[in-house]
Amino acid sequence: MSELTNLTIAEARTKLLGKEINSVELTDAYLAAIEEANKSLNAFIEVTPDHAQTMAKASDAKIAKGDVGDLEGIPIGIKDLFGTRDTHTQACSHILDGFKPKYESTVTQNMWDDGAVMLGKLNMDEFAMGSSNETSYYGAVTNPWKAQGDDTALVPGGSSGGSAAAVAAHLCAGATATDTGGSIRQPAAFTGTVGIKPTYGRCSRWGVVAFASSLDQAGPIARDVRDAAILLKSMASVDAKDTTSVDLPVPDYEAAIGQSMKGKKIGIPKEYRIEGMAQDIEALWQQGIQWYKDAGAEIVDISLPHTKYALPAYYIVAPAEASSNLARYDGVKYGLRVTGDDITDMYEKTRSEGFGDEVQRRIMIGTYVLSSGYYDAYYLRAQRVRTLIKQDFENVFNQGIDAILTPATPSSAFAIGDEEMAADPVKMFLNDIFTVTVNMAGLPGISVPAGLDNKGLPLGLQLIGKPFEEEMLFQASHVIEQAAGTFAPKRWW
Amino acid sequence: MSVDIDTVKRVAKLARLAVDDTKAEKMQGELNAILGFIDQLNEVDVEGVEPMTSVVQMEMRKRVDEVNDGNKADDVTANAPASEENYFMVPKVIE
Repeated sequence: MSELTNLTIAEARTKLLGKEINSVELTDAYLAAIEEANKSLNAFIEVTPDHAQTMAKASDAKIAKGDVGDLEGIPIGIKDLFGTRDTHTQACSHILDGFKPKYESTVTQNMWDDGAVMLGKLNMDEFAMGSSNETSYYGAVTNPWKAQGDDTALVPGGSSGGSAAAVAAHLCAGATATDTGGSIRQPAAFTGTVGIKPTYGRCSRWGVVAFASSLDQAGPIARDVRDAAILLKSMASVDAKDTTSVDLPVPDYEAAIGQSMKGKKIGIPKEYRIEGMAQDIEALWQQGIQWYKDAGAEIVDISLPHTKYALPAYYIVAPAEASSNLARYDGVKYGLRVTGDDITDMYEKTRSEGFGDEVQRRIMIGTYVLSSGYYDAYYLRAQRVRTLIKQDFENVFNQGIDAILTPATPSSAFAIGDEEMAADPVKMFLNDIFTVTVNMAGLPGISVPAGLDNKGLPLGLQLIGKPFEEEMLFQASHVIEQAAGTFAPKRWW
Repeated sequence: MSVDIDTVKRVAKLARLAVDDTKAEKMQGELNAILGFIDQLNEVDVEGVEPMTSVVQMEMRKRVDEVNDGNKADDVTANAPASEENYFMVPKVIE
């Protein structure tokens, strides 16, 4: 194992530009690390070594000429949800068997344009539906973290479990991920990594397999706040191919890091203090408050009264949009086809065999709430509640709050095959209780590692910001990182 | 609200999912657990509240009505399980 894989993106960038190292050797070091670890972790579901080496060589040539992009020569992993030309893109579903798109998603194209090197595709929950990465057709991902003195395999969270595990285990310098209800921030919290879901409309959704179109946003998972800022700057853009892409210039997020928090107002929402929350998490939240006081910020108690209703509203809106988006998988245009007696039989057999249980459950819920006679009672009501949730946030931001501090998750990572979660789908949903409000309101949210619990597992704190003020989140989360440090798992794989 | 077994089968038909009796029964329990959870929303007073249509208030982006892409029939059908001369092949639909 070489030391090269221990470099953050910012460190590797300096060494690459200073010609102390080159991208080919950096890329080879990551490919070797993947080779060694992937049997144990199952984070990558497709590795593209030839492609990676070609891209690395091209980057080295560009560096030699002094013509460099923001991610020149940096090896990254891509969540399987992003369309990558002629390369495995299946949203980790059986129904997309063999699918290799003839196009490139805008987010990944932006990164290749900036010189990034693709190592391969990362494991995830099927169609990004799940909070443990256990619904993947390619099997569960194992969290590189283990509890002290306990060999139990833990989940990395989900749906971006492969992205989070690969970043935590140093199998890539950074990774793309997506977040519909917490799928970037929860796995980041479970693996001691930094994950940011930007404002809805900041990253183009073009070429990304759709789950719930009004909630889906791409963002990075990285080892530290600075790397997350570097990655987001490359991923974000204004894109004519996505009509919900917002026409605002992409700022230099890195420049926000290290700016003073003196006089900034940090809101603490009382509704996030939930019954049965682990003591460690409450303590960490208090610790976070203290760090901001020490940094000169003003702590303000706030109320977001409709918080409790975000999760049930989400479980109407997201499945409704999913049932509609996933109607396209019919065994005709791409992926799996299971033959039947007639065309309807073919559709039904293909979809029943191709979709996993969790996806089928959500399609069923979505179809039901959109069906004739139920639309008003469910979908319309949920969208009204969503308006109230958004107003809650607008009210506190109008009071002058700069960012809101909450726990990222109600617990640390749990075991693969947790029986309670498997028996009750609603239990699994509760993982997203602190993150889902942010998607419902379209706001940016970042999860940053803040400490370890009594089992020695990482815990994260979440910061929520105003629309398109991701800079404040980088500025504020850096305070936590400075105080808490960064966290890496002890290697056992 | 809760669903009975016939409703589960009807919804499965609408969603084009093949569901036999065993699976329908299993799904019924799971769906009712989720619908029970969702029922909390009935506590919220939504009188006079506009349903959200977009999280970011913005003007609908428009573009000039002109052809700017196309002639990609090979690409479009490249991933089809069955295709011939750029047609998607399906089982016979009309007798």
